Amino acid sequence: MANVNIKIEGQPYVVEEGLTILEAARICGYEIPSLCAFNHGECSRGSCRVCLVEATGARGLVAACVYPVAEGMEIRISSPKAAAARRTSVELLLSNHNKNCQQCSKNGNCELLHVAKLTGAREDMFEGEKTPVTVDSLTPSITRDTSKCVLCGRCVERCKNAHGLGILGFENRGFATIVAPAGNRSFADSPCILCGQCVSVCPTGALAEISEIAKIDKAMSEGKHVVVQTAPAVRAALGEEFGMKIGTAVTGKMVAALRRLGFNKVYDTNFAADLTIMEEATELLSRVKNGGKLPMITSCSPGWVNYAEYYYGDLLGHLSSCKSPHEMMGAILKSYYAERNGLDPKDIFVVSIMPCTAKKYEKERPQLQKDGIKDVDAVLTTRELGDLIKRSGINFAKLPDEEFDADLLGDYTGAGVIFGVTGGVMEAALRTAYFVLEGKEYKEIAFTAVRGFDGIREATVTMGGMDVKIAIAHGMKNAKPLLDDIRAGKSPYTFIEIMGCPGGCICGGGQPYVRPSLLPNEDPDILDTYKDKRAAALYSEDERQVIRQSHNNPQIKKLYDDFLGEPNSHKAHELLHTTYEAHTERYR
Amino acid sequence: MAHLNEAAVKKISEICDRYANETTPLMMILSDIQTEYGYIPIEVQELVSEKTGISVAEIYGVVTFYSFFSLKPKGKYIIGCCLGTACYVKGAQQIIDKFSELLNIAPGETSEDGLFTLDALRCIGACGIAPAVTINGKVYPKLAVSDVPAIVEEYRKLGGAEA
Repeated sequence: MANVNIKIEGQPYVVEEGLTILEAARICGYEIPSLCAFNHGECSRGSCRVCLVEATGARGLVAACVYPVAEGMEIRISSPKAAAARRTSVELLLSNHNKNCQQCSKNGNCELLHVAKLTGAREDMFEGEKTPVTVDSLTPSITRDTSKCVLCGRCVERCKNAHGLGILGFENRGFATIVAPAGNRSFADSPCILCGQCVSVCPTGALAEISEIAKIDKAMSEGKHVVVQTAPAVRAALGEEFGMKIGTAVTGKMVAALRRLGFNKVYDTNFAADLTIMEEATELLSRVKNGGKLPMITSCSPGWVNYAEYYYGDLLGHLSSCKSPHEMMGAILKSYYAERNGLDPKDIFVVSIMPCTAKKYEKERPQLQKDGIKDVDAVLTTRELGDLIKRSGINFAKLPDEEFDADLLGDYTGAGVIFGVTGGVMEAALRTAYFVLEGKEYKEIAFTAVRGFDGIREATVTMGGMDVKIAIAHGMKNAKPLLDDIRAGKSPYTFIEIMGCPGGCICGGGQPYVRPSLLPNEDPDILDTYKDKRAAALYSEDERQVIRQSHNNPQIKKLYDDFLGEPNSHKAHELLHTTYEAHTERYR
Repeated sequence: MAHLNEAAVKKISEICDRYANETTPLMMILSDIQTEYGYIPIEVQELVSEKTGISVAEIYGVVTFYSFFSLKPKGKYIIGCCLGTACYVKGAQQIIDKFSELLNIAPGETSEDGLFTLDALRCIGACGIAPAVTINGKVYPKLAVSDVPAIVEEYRKLGGAEA
């Protein structure tokens, strides 16, 4: 692409043609205040007017986020005229904003507050009508509050880009405009999969997770036996809540923090990930042998399960009947663990720390409770765990590295760790399936062909004299063509891994916000690289593990010997498997 | 599609199919449905979504953006009061208030007998004859508040006679 000569604040620069002023300025070392610092095609309307600058050749001030650079253009960011205009834009946004910042869950991560400070917005410059406070908190996962929405539309775009869904849209016109599911209905009454991607891009508190911190306080004050488990993806991102560089693995400090927060036991969901692999690999092999429904599709991601139930109800037989790992963990805690420790399951309170908002809904599913006792009682996102640690005054960076509790359910393998990244479940399953079919371990250990972030990846693995065709998709937009092929009866695959969020759990809707404008110490291209950095944290933990295959986990072996019998046994089915239900009416 | 009968599903599917080859068919589809039924309830939007692959939220956004589209059935006579700048300075607010009072409905609503819908319009481009009102396309120029009762009476009779 051709280059153009421009000047910013009088300094000459050569930049690529076709860039917007905002992008060009960023490369040259200027961060123009904007609400689309997250701009990856997820807001390109230029409607908020926060990034106004002077540019020669333009009529009046221009929005840097949409205006392209041109040969000879001279750009002034700091001119009094541009600075005053940006300040007015923010003051106008604030004039229709519910400014209860103190109570807002985005406090500390709010981009509107950030640009208000940057532009020097003054208090209550414009008084007038305000969009009324209407809060949707009917799902267990996500809240929506119209009074905090700045109508940027990022959530609308993210839902379309990630899933091809478009649950949220703009409604009405003029001042009455809101962003909502059709008809301003609740998420609970729309075919939303509750993945929380919209929450992760919302610049304000308009979209947030439903907090469950109070439930944990209650359980602890009631003297319950509170057991916490952490999903693999959490360790790859929790450090970000405490200002650590993206990609810093904080497994040991996370365990230390949880112990200091008063949990009776701190376990790794990875143990149950290994258990999932034992059950799922066995299920797959039995489907292959006995002519069961193929391809079989993984069922760890509740966002994906929700999608299947809403949009592909006719294909539910293809989903593995395995519960997701943290639900398996809950079921084992309330049976095997309870029995061995002489505890009444009713007195055990299981908390899952998850990178996910859909898990909050998942734990409420009637299929995942028995006699009124849920497998899992509370789900906190990675962000909520950050809040909980901060509340307690723990200096996270100064914590020692500690180990997970080692009794009964403490061992885990490298196979469990990589569940947190797209392709990980597939790779873990292949390691075990290969062993079962070949009678020996796969020499390379890692199946690198299934790694990476391409939307759909496929590979053929030869084992047991068979060529097994597998595929991996993440984000429902990528899953759709694979599912349509199954529906049309022309899917060539035996086994498919599907994860709800693009990138897998490391980029889940409950992970710390990645806001370049609030992360001055990260590289300018952090939005392009954070997935790789978080994934690398998990892959390197896998490499450090002595045991890297689920079937070699000694406590898993013991669990089967002493309690479950064998994979897919009657008892295993009762505790570790579940059912799905199609939503015949998309709108309830 | 709980509330749509078979005939409606067939008709709406047929309308959607008409524009199957268009790259941006939504406005045409909605326009035809509005003309056919006089309104586009959410159940119909869901069917259009199913047929076109456009999300319901996006369709709902279009329906609620353009005043030509309606979520609820409209009355037999649609009274459109222009509240554009020229009409407004010539007293259009008093005109629409009078209609509102006589029909006992707020702008945007339909009377209980299904006879009248009162709409507040943006500029209809008839500034030379402000304040202007249209009823089912017929233009009433330079109206005064005192003209309103006779007009309402006229259409009540017309509506009653036809009914």
